This record gives sequence, structure tokens and C-alpha cells, in this order.
Amino acid sequence: MNNNTEFTLAELMIVAASESWRGNGEVLASGLGVIPRLGASLAKLTHTPELLMTDSECYLVEEPIPVGPRGDYVPKYSGYMPFERVFECVWGGRRHAMIGPTQIDRFGQTNLSVVGDYRRPKAAILGVRGLPGNSINHINSFFVPSHNKRVFVEGEVDMVSGVGFNPARWEPGMRQDLMDIRRIVTDLCVMDFEGPDHAIRVRSLHPGVSFEEVQEKTGFPLLKAPELGETPHPTAEQLAIIRRLDPHDLRGAQIKGNPPGIRTAA
Amino acid sequence: MNKLMTTADVVAQLRDGMTIGFGGWGPRRKPMAIVREILRSDVKDLTVVSYGGPDVGMLCAAGKVRKLIFGFATLDAIPLEPWYRKVRESGALELMELDEGMWQWGLRAAGMRLPFLPTRCGLATDITRLNPELKTIQSPYGDGEVMLAMPALKLDVALLHVNVADHLGNTLIHGGDPYFDHLVARAADACYVSAERVEERLALTPDQARFNTFERYLVKGVVHAPCGAHPTTCAPEYGWDMSHFKRYVASAAEEGGWQAYMDEFVTPGEAAYQDKNGGIERMGKLPLPVF
Repeated sequence: MNNNTEFTLAELMIVAASESWRGNGEVLASGLGVIPRLGASLAKLTHTPELLMTDSECYLVEEPIPVGPRGDYVPKYSGYMPFERVFECVWGGRRHAMIGPTQIDRFGQTNLSVVGDYRRPKAAILGVRGLPGNSINHINSFFVPSHNKRVFVEGEVDMVSGVGFNPARWEPGMRQDLMDIRRIVTDLCVMDFEGPDHAIRVRSLHPGVSFEEVQEKTGFPLLKAPELGETPHPTAEQLAIIRRLDPHDLRGAQIKGNPPGIRTAA
Repeated sequence: MNKLMTTADVVAQLRDGMTIGFGGWGPRRKPMAIVREILRSDVKDLTVVSYGGPDVGMLCAAGKVRKLIFGFATLDAIPLEPWYRKVRESGALELMELDEGMWQWGLRAAGMRLPFLPTRCGLATDITRLNPELKTIQSPYGDGEVMLAMPALKLDVALLHVNVADHLGNTLIHGGDPYFDHLVARAADACYVSAERVEERLALTPDQARFNTFERYLVKGVVHAPCGAHPTTCAPEYGWDMSHFKRYVASAAEEGGWQAYMDEFVTPGEAAYQDKNGGIERMGKLPLPVF
């Protein structure tokens, strides 16, 4: 840690996201969205170089590609990964994806389809996309840019798109053992599913955030991890890599107001 | 043998109530010239099977869709497809919402003439609760695993847009990702393709021939439609048209917006459509998106 370095909340979250892939081995690291993608890239360039990544379209690369317009940067391809092969990878379980669902519940079930009643929804979002298949086949983590009770809902999500640890949803004979949910990285904290019966725990709090504030903005009860502490600050080396991977500062537009990583008293 | 026809000839093959599958993915390589011809026609009550982009949105806006079999609808850079969203929220659509993987699995089953293919995708989610016609099946082997039996998604018609075709129905897809057009073609009783360039007979090197992703015996008709994927991408030739997308998105928020869009872009025909969008000189040079 380097407490003398200035950093933004987005940069702190990129570092926290990158930790999700630590030690995963040779799996496809898919970060969907600017912060998850920079997190996966940082993981590959620092602690877990064996990760596989794509250009976010259909080619594999060993050198993570900067986000946004590429200028004179020319990607170096090492393989091919069109959607058809992504499904083969997903169904074979060799992937860890981080996505941003619209809703998440206490079971880790996720929703990307609709908010409200299914037939006459208040809001139609994207559709379930790959969530049902991703969630039952490989490791997943979640990214939440604004931690609140509309995302972390009471009860179940409005349309269960991604599976979770809800026993009522699983029937005898179904393979539940292939699913694995690791981390939730939000603008307030990092959470995991390592409580009793996969209960969600707060694992670290971002600088200046209290457990009480996180609980107040979550629709279900949270546990405190015994080792609960502060989310590690980015190091100078990590910040240099992040700035090189995001030369247009797209990360600055991901969290409302682009706040500093260390909160000043409200 | 000459399978060359026009978009009007293709749409003349369509009947009310048909199940129609579309190639491409979201706002990428959609057969939009054919979609516009459908919008100009009386065809209705369609079951649309698509990885949805503006094909789904425009057919919904025009009231052509009775049922949607889909995993998503999006314009990518504009995440929420405006007309899908509006019509979906009105409650007017019958739906079979599927995991992306299940969607292609159902087409694959249809292409192989199987009643279903097993998968784990969709289990323990609301996909099975909301679509009670989806059944589970138990492995007949010692493991006894319970899986979802994804039913074949049989299509009456497949509509695709490709880079190159010939009069025999041979096709080439040059974009980096060929998506699942081959499976859409295999699942259909009849497949029609539009193409950026049409030749009488392809004569290719081995390297060029590898861009052929399905056989010509699947193809009933070939349409020459330059910039026929506009406003979606047709890599590596042109990218999506963001200014057109913005105009289209705005139409969903305007009173009478769809009729105004139809009047301006669709009803006057494809030549007028090209003029309205700066001509094929501009449309064919739109930069490819960077992901």
C-alpha cells in the first residue's frame, strides 16, 4: 500500500475487481464494462498472467488491449474466440466473468431481464443474455457502480436470470456443484459468499465507508467477515498500469461524479 | 441455376403467422434491407427468432411481432433497444425468453432434425417457470443427472445478410465473428440471404473459401443489397450508423414517432433510404466500432 498516492474510487474498484481473478489459473477472464475489463486486464498484467483474455470481440490476446479508441496501438492476436467458441468455453466451465446485473438478491441470484411484473414490466432491460448459462457453468463475480436497495433487493430478484444459492430453485438431480460466485465489487465495499450456507459477507470496506452504511443501503441482512478491513489502496505500479490501459480516462465516467478513492467527511 | 431475386420476391414468400429467424447479433450484420421490405408489406403475426437488434425493435414497432424468441435486444453502444423496450413494456408480446446458449442450442437441434438437445442452461432460473413448455430430462446413464431438454427451434424462414454471395447460393461471411447464421440457415425450411456483393459464380482460393460457413443447398434465394445491413455493422466493410441509431431511438419517444420514421426512411423504398443516409458512399465507409 502506498498512502501517499492519490487515486479515484474507480481506480480503487479496478484494483478490487482484479483481485477477483487472483489465482484462477488458465481460464477466460471476461470483464464486461470498463471497470471489470480494466480489473481483468490488471489481474493478467500483475498477479495472474496465465489468464486468457479477448479483444472484447472475437480474438484472443496475451497483451490486454487498452479501452477506447486505440490510436496507433495494434492488437497482437494469439487465437480466435467467436461467440460459438465462447459457449463451448462457458459450458466447459473454463471462464470467470464479471458483469453488472440490474438486481442481485441474498442468494446471489441476478436479474438482467425486467424490473417489475414480467408480463407488463415497469422497465424492460436487456433480456437474460448469457446469465442462465454463465451462472450455472462457471465462476462469476458482480460489479455494482451504485450500491443501493434497488440493486440489492429484498426477497428474490424480479426475474431470476442467473442462478444462485436458493435451495427452493434447485430440484434433485440437478448439478448445483458447477456454479461458483466469488465477489461483488461495489462503490462502497467488496462482498463475498463465504458466510454460512453461502450467506453474503462484507469482506472489505472502501476508505471512509462504514458497515452500517452498507447495511442500510442493502435490502437484506449482511454478515461481517472476521477479517473485515479496508479495501487495499492501489499501488503506484497498479495506477501506472491502469492509466496506460485507459488512456482516455473512460474509468472517470463510470462512477457518478468520479469521486476520490478516499472519502472526505460528508 | 440462378437464385437471384429481389427483397420484394423474398417478402412475397412470407405468410402471416410464420416463424422467422434472423442472422447477425444485436446491431451487427442484420438483414435490414429485407427487414425494411417486411415493414413495407402486409405480413403480420410473426414469431421472430433473433439475437435481437433493430430487426426486433423495428418489427415490434410496426406491430408485426406476435411472439418473440430471444435472449436479448440491444444496440450495443446504446444498450436498451428503444422499440423493443416500448412494445415489451406495453405487454403486447408473447415471449420465449432464452439464455443465449439455449437459443443456438435449439437451432442446432432443429438443424440436426432432433426433437431436443440437453443442456444445464436455464435450470434453477425463471426461464423454466415462465416457459412451462420447457421440460427437463434425466440422463439414462448411471449419473442420473436432470437437465433441461431444449426443444428444437424450427424455422419456416431464415433471413441473413452476408458479405458475398453468388447466383448458386454460395456465401462468404468476412466479419471476424460469423455469429450463428449457419445454425439459423440449417433450422429453416427456406433461407434467403442478402449480400453486399453478388457474383455469378465464386472461384476462390482455399484461404478465401474458409469464410463460407454453410452450404448453398440451404439457400433458396440471393438478393443483391449493398449496405443492406445498414444501420447495423457489416464488418469488415462498414460499422453501425450512430447518427441513424440516434434518430431511430428518438422516434420511440415522439408522439407518432414510428409513423414519422416509416415515412422518412422506409416507405419511399431502398433507393430513397440510401439517399436519406448520405448514399452508399457514406454508408459503406462508416467506421467499424471499437469494442
